[in-house]
Amino acid sequence: MTGDDRAQERLRWRSRRGLLEMDLILQRFMARHLAALEGDDLIVYDRLLDLPDNDFLDLAMGRSEPEDPAWRPLLQKIRES
Amino acid sequence: MALPKQTFDAVIVGGGGSGLRAALQLSEAGHHVAVFSKVFPTRSHTVAAQGGIGASLGNMQEDHWLWHMYDTIKGSDYLGDQDAIEFMCRKAAEVVYELEHFGMPFDRNADGTIYQRPFGGHSQNFGERPVQRACAAADRTGHAMLHTLYQRNVRARCQFFVEWMALDLIRDHEGAVVGLIALEMETGQVVIFQTKSVILATGGAGRIFQSSTNAFINTGDGLGIAARAGIPLEDMEFWQFHPTGVAGAGVLITEGVRGEGGILLNAQGERFMERYAPTMKDLASRDVVSRAMDQEIKEGRGVGHEKDHVLLKLDHLGAEVIQKRLPGIREIALKFANVDPIREPIPVVPTCHYQMGGIPTNYYGQVVVPRGDNPAEPVPGLYAIGECACVSVHGANRLGTNSLLDLLVFGKSAGDHLSQWLKGNPQQRDLPKDAADRTLARLDRLNQATTGENVAEVGLDMRRAVQQHAGVFRTGQLLSEGIDKIRVIAERARHTAIQDKSQVFNTARIEALELENLVIVAEATLVSAEARTESRGAQARDDFKERDDRNWLKHSLWSMEGSRLHYKPVNLQPLTVESFEPKVRVY
Repeated sequence: MTGDDRAQERLRWRSRRGLLEMDLILQRFMARHLAALEGDDLIVYDRLLDLPDNDFLDLAMGRSEPEDPAWRPLLQKIRES
Repeated sequence: MALPKQTFDAVIVGGGGSGLRAALQLSEAGHHVAVFSKVFPTRSHTVAAQGGIGASLGNMQEDHWLWHMYDTIKGSDYLGDQDAIEFMCRKAAEVVYELEHFGMPFDRNADGTIYQRPFGGHSQNFGERPVQRACAAADRTGHAMLHTLYQRNVRARCQFFVEWMALDLIRDHEGAVVGLIALEMETGQVVIFQTKSVILATGGAGRIFQSSTNAFINTGDGLGIAARAGIPLEDMEFWQFHPTGVAGAGVLITEGVRGEGGILLNAQGERFMERYAPTMKDLASRDVVSRAMDQEIKEGRGVGHEKDHVLLKLDHLGAEVIQKRLPGIREIALKFANVDPIREPIPVVPTCHYQMGGIPTNYYGQVVVPRGDNPAEPVPGLYAIGECACVSVHGANRLGTNSLLDLLVFGKSAGDHLSQWLKGNPQQRDLPKDAADRTLARLDRLNQATTGENVAEVGLDMRRAVQQHAGVFRTGQLLSEGIDKIRVIAERARHTAIQDKSQVFNTARIEALELENLVIVAEATLVSAEARTESRGAQARDDFKERDDRNWLKHSLWSMEGSRLHYKPVNLQPLTVESFEPKVRVY
């Protein structure tokens, strides 16, 4: 196992949430994108995972927009998953 | 093998509402406390609670704790223990005001008092008319509660072990709880925590059902830990269901959709509720609608490849009504069912929401087990609180807004009781020499196994079996077939193999360990439900349609060893008031 694999596994665990809706959205996102995430995307995903569940859900459902425009490309992938 | 060891006065397993409330009580009293959580505490499942906290503050209309007590007992279908229910309803105002003092952002009335919402089942004067009793913080009550309690715990210097999974209790030769074995996910390190006491606060195990509103973390770890340590599980046949969860996802579609004119259809396109409830039809009460839906599915009139759901049709309401009055519903249907309800019906199925049963406790949160003539003798050093515990204040059916109240009242009560107990029991007891042997053997098997059952497949089979055999619509035959199935599945769960053998954030290993806990809960549920030959609250037996107080006004206790059942009486004697005698439950 490489360090990158472990970084992804850490994110996989941290994608376990308090809200079922977020579990489902992130499960689909990870199935499509986690293996290919690298560099800045890994950092942005980690930041998103730090958000409270309700705020993250609002972003994922498109009810609100992120303050940092750098989050948009990854968030778009989450919204489309 | 020598494991690293740390020492505490109290170890709390679970960082949700009840765990945080107990931790705060102990930390502020100066005890050395550790809280273990699989996820960051403010991302516990308490965050999903929206409804509010029930308390008879009387800010909207006249109210009294005795009326709240009556509503709770009636809601429980008389299986709730009346001493614990009186305790909870009398303490409700105090714990709400404390939370307000801690900074909880409650909704307010113009005069500055806490605003209280209406909620089903709450009444004035013993069922005369509805009363507004729910204290809320917009639709984020659980979220606000977790943040408020977490901040306060940090201030009190409570120690958090985040991203740790608790594995097993350690009991000494006298049965006292003297330690906890836990696994750090980041390193894979197994550590022994020597402690004077353990509080289990791990939440519900709703993930035993295929359709569940529970987050993925709700795997009944505390129930598995207790059962493996020889503690029976109480009233596990009682699970609360919501009629309309999105099939295959579990996300709830509010009852408001049927209120606006949405109707339920079976595979033949029939509006089947006309047969079950000719007057109320799709607007009949939750349990009636859930049971009708499940019966349609069981009798082969379900929709889809597996014929495992029915349809909620609302396109006839028109795009304008849907977009204007039900905007959130369209969003949920598009996201989680992949259908646009303006054009197509939403696939729905009765969905598990809340676990009424759990680890047996008294109203101090002490775990109690039968011993000799005493049906409820405390286990020294062991407490359980919140959804994983059965006090029992919810009996056979929980009243809305009483779950958050339960977390606060019994979290605090356990903290207070344990704080007093620690003063009289200042010594750490010795750990048995073989303290971690069984746990390490379990982990070792998983590490060594190169071939075996696939965790995800066994998990799916378990959830399907529980949904099919212990759903809303139950018969003796369905349940006993379910027991046979679940025993095979439980055996498979003990023979899993995982490909990833890493020590660092090994999610596959965690999921294998969670599955071992879930199958214990699943077996307890099926065995307890099969034996209870009556219908009461959330247990609806088609072959025993009536409540049977003569034979079944008692709590089930399921023991893992031999999968045996015992029973103990319901406590019908409140603390200070007259008993509420069982009556037919009519709303």
